[in-house]
Amino acid sequence: MRKMIVAASVALAMMAGVANAQERDLRIAFDVPYEPFEYKDENGELTGFEVELAEAMCEEMNANCEFVIQAWDGMIPGLLARKFDLIMSSMSITPERAERVLFSEPYYNTPGGWFAREDFDTDVTDMDAMEGKTVGVQRGTTMDTYVTEEMGGIVNIKRYTTADDMVLDLEGQRLDVVFVDYPVGEQTILGKEGFKEVGEPVKLGQGVGVAMRKRDEELAEEVNAALATLKEDGTYDTIMEKYFAYDIKM
Amino acid sequence: MPEFIAELLNRNDIFTASTIMEYWGGLVTTVQLVFLSLVLGLILAIPLAIMRTSKNPLINMPVWLYTYVFRGTPLLIQLYIIYYGLAQIEGIQQTFWWDIFREAFYPALLAFTLNTAAYTTEIIRGAIVATPSGEIEAAKAYGMSWALRMRRIILPSAARRAVQAYSNEVIFMLHASAIASVVTLVDLTGAARNIYSRFYAPFEAFIFVALLYMALTFILVFAFRKLENYLLRHQRPVSG
Repeated sequence: MRKMIVAASVALAMMAGVANAQERDLRIAFDVPYEPFEYKDENGELTGFEVELAEAMCEEMNANCEFVIQAWDGMIPGLLARKFDLIMSSMSITPERAERVLFSEPYYNTPGGWFAREDFDTDVTDMDAMEGKTVGVQRGTTMDTYVTEEMGGIVNIKRYTTADDMVLDLEGQRLDVVFVDYPVGEQTILGKEGFKEVGEPVKLGQGVGVAMRKRDEELAEEVNAALATLKEDGTYDTIMEKYFAYDIKM
Repeated sequence: MPEFIAELLNRNDIFTASTIMEYWGGLVTTVQLVFLSLVLGLILAIPLAIMRTSKNPLINMPVWLYTYVFRGTPLLIQLYIIYYGLAQIEGIQQTFWWDIFREAFYPALLAFTLNTAAYTTEIIRGAIVATPSGEIEAAKAYGMSWALRMRRIILPSAARRAVQAYSNEVIFMLHASAIASVVTLVDLTGAARNIYSRFYAPFEAFIFVALLYMALTFILVFAFRKLENYLLRHQRPVSG
């Protein structure tokens, strides 16, 4: 709450300087907890990568922002019902969603990461060396699409419903290597003994964007402009480095 | 006719040559898995059923316990235990067993075989117990030994009574095999799930696979009707 008041008052102070600036009220929705993107800290205050980015964006847009907590199921319906104006809750840009909402330019993308047991020493980008290896992916993810398209017919692909089952088979030596959403792999695989990351994280998909109602085209332009400024002036990098050890910038 | 099919295939994104091949691969896996587990299950079930009818508790009780455990727990749980559980045993990766259990097919085959054998054992046991006492007395009066009686009188008679119930078990097994996809086997259901998640088209992916299951069931029902006609031919009215 305090941060929001600060953000709002900074916005007000800036507006006082710009005589013709209109005060704009914006409501932004988050689904919490989704660490480290949006969650409540020990004092119960909303924080996280996307929350801080939203605060910086509101400041840049001279907007008076209110943060709304909304469960994931009701995100798009809530937006369309005007319960809030923007979604900044790690919503990946997909053609299906783009039919119902307007997306800004992407503002982050978590890469896919390669993880294996410590004794694995094959270069995952070397298709000759990878031939016949067994690769685990989660069914229907961007990682699945990537492996299917790039390595189908070379490696043996096993598709899993949950990441947990996949990690069990990596432990049980049924899989040589898995390709998962980097934060998931970092939490569930690297936390265990005897596993390591191999190769470089791979950027996939169209990334995550701010979602708005289709008619709010002017707002989308402002959002894009504000995000572009933040990405250029280093504000974005400062916030990102606070939460991530690797690059998610898009 | 081929032109009609070619045109149909051209007008949709989902039923391309590659997805049809994926379904075909799934069909082969399903048929192999179900057929092998049923054959192995039946081979196991016949001696187990005879043991189960024994009056000696040392012979009867272990089989009772086996059928109780496998009928008393869901097949999905049995599959999870065999597939994920075995891989957790220390050092199994270094033994020859791992060559068998590394792939998803054999753990699934083992789970399905043990499961169907348990049900089939109870079906056959019920049929053996229901043998009319007159048939057994007549066989004894002819001086037949236990083994000869079993082979010539009791088992053939029990087979006639068991065949209807067993045809249900076969169809259930076909449908239960759909859970093989949870251990990464690409059976018919696994192929449908892959195609569904690629195209976000649940109706096309699953209705097509449902039709394939129905076609397989139709073949099974037809085969069992032929078998019943053969086994129960003495019950048909004499023609002419």
